[in-house]
Amino acid sequence: MMALLELFLTFFKIGAFTVGGGYAMLPFIQEEVLAHGWLENSDLINFIAVSESTPGPFAINIATYVGSEVGGILGSVAATLGVVLPSFIIILIVARIYDKFKSSSAVKGVMTGLKPAVIGLIGAAVLSVAETVFAPNGLSVSIFSEIGTYVSLIIFALSAVLAFKKVHPIIIILISAALGIASGYLL
Amino acid sequence: MKENFKKAFTLFLTFLKIGAFTFGGGYAMIPLIQKEVVEKKKWITDEDILEIVAIAESTPGPIAINSATFVGFRVAGFWGAFFATLGVVLPSFVIILIISYILNEFQSIEAVKYAFNGIRAGVLALILKALYTMYKKCPKGLASYIVMAGAFIATAFLNVPILAVIIACALFGLISSYIAKRRAKK
Repeated sequence: MMALLELFLTFFKIGAFTVGGGYAMLPFIQEEVLAHGWLENSDLINFIAVSESTPGPFAINIATYVGSEVGGILGSVAATLGVVLPSFIIILIVARIYDKFKSSSAVKGVMTGLKPAVIGLIGAAVLSVAETVFAPNGLSVSIFSEIGTYVSLIIFALSAVLAFKKVHPIIIILISAALGIASGYLL
Repeated sequence: MKENFKKAFTLFLTFLKIGAFTFGGGYAMIPLIQKEVVEKKKWITDEDILEIVAIAESTPGPIAINSATFVGFRVAGFWGAFFATLGVVLPSFVIILIISYILNEFQSIEAVKYAFNGIRAGVLALILKALYTMYKKCPKGLASYIVMAGAFIATAFLNVPILAVIIACALFGLISSYIAKRRAKK
């Protein structure tokens, strides 16, 4: 019961305090999920790939997944409800005071702070993802002597080129998976 | 009343379809919402869609949920909002629930482990691309760069809780735009 409440409250907090949706929610989700010991960083990154390859918003997908890992079906209901509820309530309120909200200088002011903040937060998340990818056993000089580091570097560079050429994420994930399997068995 | 209930049910089915067929969430859903709700059902106009996106971007939570709730409310009040939101969430929920069981079975297979080793490197590139896209859309300026750098350093190196960073940046935006406004008046 406590676990369910914890799931609900944590995802409620995430839903209530992250503006921008999608990857903007990743840093906060990452912080909470790691702090609670619900997932490891590598599991979370794996799941991003799963979420990109299945329908639906990332926030809902990750809430359902974490909830299910921690507390089965009830856990996934608690976490998903938690992440959806703040949006639902806030939009119901905003829809009634829509004209005031739209012209509010306070809302505009808050957004001028939040938009760049999200960039900085995702930047920090990128750093921690990079650490998990290139130095899964911790940062040290030894990563330069491990072949895995160079394999990851090549897959990352290729994926980056494809991503910036606007290749669909699912195709990038499939290519990365194929290269991962090939290098795992061949090297 | 009966009319609204009928609309709420149609909203549920429409958003169920939208939730089941858009990959990548949020922005990927907007064209589909536009097609279903504006072109087919004629419940709202193209202008409404633009406004809804603007609202969804400046309120907390996932864009998809915000948009569904807002469209639902516009079309059929509270129950419209309720059923549209339920519709957009349900496909994700069911699919991921099934996948979470399969994923745990699969992850112990050697080939799958290798695959995910590669996939993680690919995901890093995808996040970086998303970061770049968001950076391009973000208004630039000295205050903006200070907030970016501050948020980055605070979370990456100083272990400041993200909630504290978000609140601090929101306050910074509020205060700095207030000061800018007062200066403009003088």
